[in-house]
Amino acid sequence: MIGREQMPLNKVVPSFDEAVADIFDGAVILCGGFGDVGGNPGYLFRALARLPVKNLTLVGNSPAIGRETQEALARLMTVPDWYADGGPLIKSGRVRKLIVSVPQLPIVRVGELPLVKALQEGQHIEVELVPQGTLAERIRATKAGIPAFYTPTGVGTAVAKGKEVRVFDGEEYLLERAIKADFSFIRAYKADRYGNLIYKGTSRSFNATMAGASTVTIAEVDEVVELGELDPEVIVTPGIYVNRVVVRPRD
Amino acid sequence: MSKEKQRLDEQTVALRLAKEFKDGMVVNLGGGLPSIACNLVPEEREILFHSENGVLGYGQIATLEEADWNLFNASAQPVTPLPGMSFFSHDESFAMIRGRHIDICALGGLQVSEKGDLANWAMGNLDWYGGDIHTWIREGRFPPGIGGAMDLARGAKKIIVAMTHTTKDSKPKIVKECTYEITAVHCVSQIITDMAVIEVTDQGLLLKEVAPGFTADDIQAVTEPELLIAPDLKEIEL
Repeated sequence: MIGREQMPLNKVVPSFDEAVADIFDGAVILCGGFGDVGGNPGYLFRALARLPVKNLTLVGNSPAIGRETQEALARLMTVPDWYADGGPLIKSGRVRKLIVSVPQLPIVRVGELPLVKALQEGQHIEVELVPQGTLAERIRATKAGIPAFYTPTGVGTAVAKGKEVRVFDGEEYLLERAIKADFSFIRAYKADRYGNLIYKGTSRSFNATMAGASTVTIAEVDEVVELGELDPEVIVTPGIYVNRVVVRPRD
Repeated sequence: MSKEKQRLDEQTVALRLAKEFKDGMVVNLGGGLPSIACNLVPEEREILFHSENGVLGYGQIATLEEADWNLFNASAQPVTPLPGMSFFSHDESFAMIRGRHIDICALGGLQVSEKGDLANWAMGNLDWYGGDIHTWIREGRFPPGIGGAMDLARGAKKIIVAMTHTTKDSKPKIVKECTYEITAVHCVSQIITDMAVIEVTDQGLLLKEVAPGFTADDIQAVTEPELLIAPDLKEIEL
């Protein structure tokens, strides 16, 4: 029973503001989802935007494309009001670095591309471009306690610059390092108070990869159900990877 | 009597691409032209479409009425469900890709070289911006993004590039050496364009099919490297 006391077994916190209250200046945040709407932890991003923190590092596929780009991608679908990403954080000068596979999607006017605009206005934001699969594995590696790994992706390209190349069985591979992070923002469908999670469809994406890959994992969910309601055969993220669960307002 | 030279439209190129998908194959479709090929497979052929955001076995591009935020492909298109479909995380999805579990990946292309090098993630070269990505994003009209292209180009068993044969200002996209940033070297097996079907071989680029009305000379005129001509060169069949 001693081990159990180290982690409260009720991980449900009452509000988004409380869930993000200890995020600090310089924090590295894994941003769940895929730059999509379904997997977007929009309420966590909104709560973060209300905190006076700065020098943030955002890690994700495309966590700072901004609402205008999302609306252009959605074509005739209506992007819900709750959608939010790292775009507003860039606009308000609180992002120091992006570790992303897609920094911006140039499908809207330049003035509506948060990063391009910020750089043009003289902000210093470091951008590290990472192939999507390498990004996923650098995050998974942290979760699994692996400090680095070799991958065939990126050999002979711009991303190989400065990286160790090693030959295994006649093929070249790049050494890639795990990404250390402080917080993960996860969007899931249902949780229980242990933090077990299930997802909906392709909204799983980077959410399930990032759960447990940082010091504190925060999941925003549609619903918290009683223990036992989630079939143990289909739980995707076991609660061991989750520290906090917050329920979204009904859409 | 010679036929009128008519470049194929996107739909027709995608239809020719879909002909390559054999029964039982796992196929990943890149953004742009390749992404519509899921709509063009005959019903009697069972193809499992994979998308890097974590779905295997989706159907077609969904209509507005069918669209669901929780069922998208990696090209930001809503897709339809099919019986037998499965979902998984991003790390799992790329294990499938890197681990050589994908039979065909069809990608769009900006440039393909004689040796099968692919450039498709950046409309330019870092050297043009002093090697600095920030300068590129700040000044470039097209800030680059890698997405899943590098992993797919390295990981899938066969890479087909489906693209227009030339740029909007009629420059060749099939070149001796790529001048744009490389996605992966020696990765492309086949190129399907609005004018031709070309195979990348150890001897060079082999022209196998031409669009209606075009001759091998017409294709060569808009292709930088010298083409080998297949003895059984024929018109593109759909």
